[in-house]
Amino acid sequence: MPISRSDGSVPGTAATVLVVGAGPAGLAAAVAAGEIGVRVVLVDAEAVPGGQFWRHRRGGSVAAPLHHLAGEYRSLVGRLQSLRVDGLVEYLDRHQVWAVEPVDDGFAVWLSNRRGRTPVAAVRTAKRMVLAPGAYDLQVPFPGWDLPGVLTAGGAQALLKGHGVVAGRRVLVAGTGPFLLPVAAGLAGAGATVVGVHEAAGLIGSTRMPLAVAGHPSKAVEAAGYFATLRRHRVRYRTRSTVVAAHGGDVLDSVTVAPLDGGGRPRTDKATRLEVDTLAVGWGFVPQLELPLALGCATVPGPDGRPVIGVDDDQQTSVAGVFVAGEACGVGGAEKAAVEGRIAGVAAAATSPPAIPGRLAERRASLRRFAVAVARAYPVPDAWQHGLVDDTLVCRCEEVTVGTLRSAVESDRITDARAAKLRVRTGMGWCQGRVCGFATSCLTAAWAGVEPTFEAGTRPIAQPVSLGMVAEGLPPDSQ
Amino acid sequence: MTFTFDGREIPFEPGQSVGAALLAAGVRSWRTTRVAARPRGLFCGIGVCFDCLVTIDGRANERACRIEAGTDMDVHAQEGTGRADLEV
Repeated sequence: MPISRSDGSVPGTAATVLVVGAGPAGLAAAVAAGEIGVRVVLVDAEAVPGGQFWRHRRGGSVAAPLHHLAGEYRSLVGRLQSLRVDGLVEYLDRHQVWAVEPVDDGFAVWLSNRRGRTPVAAVRTAKRMVLAPGAYDLQVPFPGWDLPGVLTAGGAQALLKGHGVVAGRRVLVAGTGPFLLPVAAGLAGAGATVVGVHEAAGLIGSTRMPLAVAGHPSKAVEAAGYFATLRRHRVRYRTRSTVVAAHGGDVLDSVTVAPLDGGGRPRTDKATRLEVDTLAVGWGFVPQLELPLALGCATVPGPDGRPVIGVDDDQQTSVAGVFVAGEACGVGGAEKAAVEGRIAGVAAAATSPPAIPGRLAERRASLRRFAVAVARAYPVPDAWQHGLVDDTLVCRCEEVTVGTLRSAVESDRITDARAAKLRVRTGMGWCQGRVCGFATSCLTAAWAGVEPTFEAGTRPIAQPVSLGMVAEGLPPDSQ
Repeated sequence: MTFTFDGREIPFEPGQSVGAALLAAGVRSWRTTRVAARPRGLFCGIGVCFDCLVTIDGRANERACRIEAGTDMDVHAQEGTGRADLEV
């Protein structure tokens, strides 16, 4: 039966390619497909294209020193604009995808249009899909991590890039991975006092990284730029050091940091308490897999060993017609994402398998090797597991403490995160385990004496929506 | 340009989120949790964690980090589930 939508869209007129996400991968995919001459729909949750990497405010610009690869952004957005004028690309900004499913001759995405103050339902269909949902910061619990003032490193960066807001006055940056550098440099450059950068990785990080950077001079130059900024602002960069606890009544007022010993444990005898109003912390990234998993795409171990979506040379997943590009098929940064997006866009637009230029395939292979090197150099150390106390929250949404989870694991012989979720509600709340999933898997396994398994969580509804929107957006065959 | 937060005028610049404007104005938390009534504000900042839930123009459980600030918005801190009556 025909269904009309409050935004006037006609679901029957299918596009050839529907791209989800307008970050480096999605933008590159939409432009590549559109330039082949097929009809493309590009869906993105933000008001402006760019994703997390090129995040900026509406009316603002993508430019150094906050942004990298700005030339590539300007090129992609300029070409996207031409394709929109030519009627080849429909760009839906401020649209959140909450469900995706196969339909006759393709796929349908169910959307929440957030352009106005009240969400409006929308739907689009296409023969093939490119999913480029990106990633978010990996977090682990520590005492006090739920205090206001403790932010993810990506959150601090998003405030700066996307809103022109400096997260705090006195900030400590901690965790692991190369992403801590632009976060700290950005904050220092914007006027915050960065009390220190505490990188948990040590010699392994500094000896393995140069080998990985060797084939990527632009990344070496980028890192050198951040270090120069940190030196200019007299910011101390410490390796083999970590945040142990955050302190405060109703808001963060200080943090405890400690060096790590040879076994990766925090040395409490050498712990230091530092006054800060803000902590920006991150331990790498977690890819967003909801949409490809909802379509049944198979996973493979990613660069860090945890699951990502498996793709072939054309970026096609195990489900015919579904392509994935960027972090969801292996966390590796914006350059890798843009190359994969371009390949996915070309492949999804083609009726027969296209020839991927050798130069592009080589570039992708090189960037993937770099991603693996970064993952090996900056693993999430086990240090956080040693500093937990019984009342430390594991699941922030459902307020499940370490003590509650441990009792359940010990009394009910729980060995994995799924059983823990059913027993004590870890991962059952608003965020659906996006924040606590890694920690719950690690802790449950450690206490049960087994190796942790990192199951990719299937979430049929990718975003919370009102029942009214579900009713309005119900697939045709259920109405 | 301003919106009101619990009756207080909060300035914002075009394109800023409600959460970013609140933080810039020195507001660190605008929600208390359901179980322990603990304060929460921005954490992930990109719409993933749902810590920054707030009531905007009567709609509870909006993510302050994702909603673009608008003039005349009536923003309120929320306690617990944030909804006296369930929206369907």
